Amino acid sequence: MKKNTSLVARLNSVNEYEQQPIPTNKLKGWRSFLGTYAGEHTAGTEFVIGPLFVAHGASAIDLVTGLIFGNILAVLSWAFLTAKIAVKTRVTLYYLLEQIAGKRFTLIYNLVNAGLFCFLAGSMIAVAATAVGIPFDMAMPQLTDIYPNNLGWVVTVFAVGTITTIIAMFGFEQVSKFAMVAAPWMIMVFIAAALAVLPRLGVTDLGSFWSVAESTIWTGVPLEGQSKFGFWHILFFAWFCNMAMHIGMADLSLLRYAKKWEYGFSSATGVFLGHFIAWIASGILYSLFLIESEGSLTFAPGPIAYSAVGVAGAICVVVAGWTTANPTLYRAGLAIQSINPQWKTWKVTLFVGLFTTIAACFPALVMMLLEFVALYGLILMPVGAVIFMDVYLLEKMGLQSNYAAVSGSSLNGSVAVTWLVTLVFCLLLNLVAGVEIFFLGLPGWFVAVLVYVVASKINQKK
Amino acid sequence: MKKIILKLLSFIGLGLTIIPAILVFSAEMDTDTCKQLMFLGTVLWFVTAPLWMNEKDAASEEG
Repeated sequence: MKKNTSLVARLNSVNEYEQQPIPTNKLKGWRSFLGTYAGEHTAGTEFVIGPLFVAHGASAIDLVTGLIFGNILAVLSWAFLTAKIAVKTRVTLYYLLEQIAGKRFTLIYNLVNAGLFCFLAGSMIAVAATAVGIPFDMAMPQLTDIYPNNLGWVVTVFAVGTITTIIAMFGFEQVSKFAMVAAPWMIMVFIAAALAVLPRLGVTDLGSFWSVAESTIWTGVPLEGQSKFGFWHILFFAWFCNMAMHIGMADLSLLRYAKKWEYGFSSATGVFLGHFIAWIASGILYSLFLIESEGSLTFAPGPIAYSAVGVAGAICVVVAGWTTANPTLYRAGLAIQSINPQWKTWKVTLFVGLFTTIAACFPALVMMLLEFVALYGLILMPVGAVIFMDVYLLEKMGLQSNYAAVSGSSLNGSVAVTWLVTLVFCLLLNLVAGVEIFFLGLPGWFVAVLVYVVASKINQKK
Repeated sequence: MKKIILKLLSFIGLGLTIIPAILVFSAEMDTDTCKQLMFLGTVLWFVTAPLWMNEKDAASEEG
């Protein structure tokens, strides 16, 4: 692409084939998906999730088995749900949603998505700030912190947020390329950091790793004030942390380029590098920090990585946080811009960046990342259930698929009711029955399927 | 030829990122040396890798 291409032209090129199926000559092979998934799922969040498992008292056996089974379930969801529908329809989630639910519903969905993107980007700005603050001897946030508690933190977060926002306004393409370049190096730093600190934990050869893992790293005892995580927590978290992407169907936009649905299995590179090796590595680093700091409640990925492998570790935290925050911020801007396409992209991104940076000042966004990631998937899951039913089963039940497009409606009431009822059901399950957020996705999906069929029968009879 | 040299330098950079840590694990290198070599590897990777990785992306997009 030419260097002097305008931002609008670049946005147009991003939107290519959004309103039509992908032509056959634009389909991509295995290698493209292996690389994309490996790059996308080794990110700034990995520096937080692995340590939070340690803080929540996961035992070594629960962690390893939970991650293996949860990651396998995630890969199967990508292949059998998302990739099959992507290859069958070859359109984006947004296009398909417009056909099924109508333009007004898609707008509401975009806004909700944008809000969630902002909080995710905010947590990554905060993660990067923990590394940027090292040379300034900044006071780091604590595991129990909710509100910002010192001026240095707020100033550092604003500095990182400002740079991230400016780059998101002008340089999405370059950031995307930079992220692809950084991905193999980041994986190496994760592995290297864990290997380099193992002797300090008492692991002197591979044979002694497991006994140290059980007795010292993942002891099974949660930190003060943290809930206890068992096998099922880990399994469901690993399965549903990307629920928005697979069961929620956001990755239709990516997998519609696949020649065969089996390419959905390439997501295994992402989950087993990012959601297995990187989570285990960052957990090892945090465990060492806890021991050497005698149980300090400070929770800051930057200093932890710096202590393990020096400047390379601190750079890795900044790069990982920034390369996750930047495209997320940009996507949030595009989603909000869908309200009124006349708005200037840079102005929308500036507004979104400011909101995100203010949110990033609250350490709770990082400390509650597990709950937030689960909530993110849960909120977008009902739409995935609707798409699954609409593509596969609705016509077999004698009902009309793509109802909004066929009836000319801008808001398919069946989809809106499905979304609302499913989320209220999940909320009640949480509040009344005490079911934790990590487990709500599975019953919620079946409720969404049932409600959509019943609502469609009633709605389409009218 | 230029691309091969660039790739070689990039992979040396990646090697410098991971091999010192393996040597620390096997008690054949001290932590400070490992940190310095990892930083060197990081610089080498980010200086050389964009020159051939992005070129490859552009070529595959055109193809």
